Amino acid sequence: MSTDSVLYDHPGPRARIRNAVLSVVFGVALAGLLWWIYSKFDEAGQWEGQLWKPFTEATTWTQFIGPGLLATLWAAAVGMVLSLAFGIIFAVGRLSERRWISIPSGAVVEFFRAVPLLLMIFFIFYGVPFVIKGPVTAFWAVVIGLTLYNGSVLAEAFRAGIRSLPGGQSEAAYAIGMRKSQVMQLILVPQAARAMLPVIVSQLVVLLKDTALGYIVAFPELLQRGVNDLAANKGNIVAAAIVVAAIYIVINSLLTALANWLDRRSRQRGFRAQRRIATGATPVGGNTVSEPQG
Amino acid sequence: MHVFADPTNFDAYLSGFIWILKLTGASAVFALTLGVLLAAMRVSPVPVLRGFGTVWVNIFRNTPLTLVVFFCFFGLYSTLGLTLSDDLDLNNFWLGVIGLSVYTASFVCEALRSGVNTVPAGQAEAARAIGLSFAQTLRIVVLPQATRSVIAPLGSILIALCKNATIVGTIGLMESSNVMKQLINDNGDAVIMIFLVFAGTFAAFLIPTGYAFGWLANRLAVKR
Repeated sequence: MSTDSVLYDHPGPRARIRNAVLSVVFGVALAGLLWWIYSKFDEAGQWEGQLWKPFTEATTWTQFIGPGLLATLWAAAVGMVLSLAFGIIFAVGRLSERRWISIPSGAVVEFFRAVPLLLMIFFIFYGVPFVIKGPVTAFWAVVIGLTLYNGSVLAEAFRAGIRSLPGGQSEAAYAIGMRKSQVMQLILVPQAARAMLPVIVSQLVVLLKDTALGYIVAFPELLQRGVNDLAANKGNIVAAAIVVAAIYIVINSLLTALANWLDRRSRQRGFRAQRRIATGATPVGGNTVSEPQG
Repeated sequence: MHVFADPTNFDAYLSGFIWILKLTGASAVFALTLGVLLAAMRVSPVPVLRGFGTVWVNIFRNTPLTLVVFFCFFGLYSTLGLTLSDDLDLNNFWLGVIGLSVYTASFVCEALRSGVNTVPAGQAEAARAIGLSFAQTLRIVVLPQATRSVIAPLGSILIALCKNATIVGTIGLMESSNVMKQLINDNGDAVIMIFLVFAGTFAAFLIPTGYAFGWLANRLAVKR
């Protein structure tokens, strides 16, 4: 159902007046709220030029925001590759007919989906060094944490994708004499991966946002370098937070647009999983809604 | 189990999880209320309301929660002087609730909106045909059906909210992840056990909750 048109009639003269009045009332209230926020910031002196001036200087971008952004993207890229591998392996493992493979795989996936990412990162960063008798870098603490969590979410997405493929696909493959592993590799996983592409991309948004947790273990990513360190030097924490938030929003909006485009494209080509089974990990109802992790 | 046999440690463990429960409960109430309002705005006939809802969702869904919570503390509290309680813990708690709520509300809004999309157009047309206004159509006919079809996504949002509550530890609240960090630093010989107890507590609560929501979603789904 298209939400724009069907919930209400095409506005007649009275409805149009009412809508206009509502628009004005809400617009005024909103403007008032924004003005109030503005004046609160003003009282605290947050609009003074010197707080915003650092963003016109090249060093702010080359020393703080640029390296932070690179570290964020790098961690996200490595995390994405590893979690895709993790997701495929455990999705296939969970679908295995051998119970000694499927039950442990299922347990691993369920466990890492239920544990807060921050807890994982703390354990890897502070706890694992006691076990392996050597340090773990903040980068790997973040990337491994991201891999375990997002890999588990992707594993569920893949599993739903594989299960939603028409049964005839694997039957035909068995009929021409393929083994189970070949059916998975050649027939099911490629199709599921394509059907699940939008979900995968929106999970990348989640993964990219989650790299901000690296701030907590002093990994020099965008939040650490661009807000914390920059503000420590220039004393402009509100301004820095607003600029960095804008950067995150731009990157993630681009990725979301990519996910929507992929979704539309796969739908146009009539390539869509026949009956997507909504699991906890993939609330697929046409829209790609990803899990709102930090 | 020697770490948790020490009553101080055990109390810290308990209070860590009580903070998580309080954060989850309080934020869930605000996020659900706000999310329903935002969803109603996004499907309303008034363009300004729709625009406001869209901007809200796009801002908060694309900003890391860590940054939102960080801003609540350093921006709202330290810089703008917003003080919500004289007690430091409680103040951080409410700042965390603000951050979690505004962030989670955008996901609740999107889930509900995709639920509205699952309601057949005929339902709303019939409602309008018998003379219901937009607000009545939404409240009596569309939202109840939409809610029933988005129980599973709402469940994962609530579960994620509970896990996200650990991020409030960033601004100094001694919730479970901070307690775990403390215990790990003090007891290097039992790190795996400590992690398993903390992670296991989350898993023991959240895995059954996930299955319960799945069961509920199946039971309450509008059969079409």
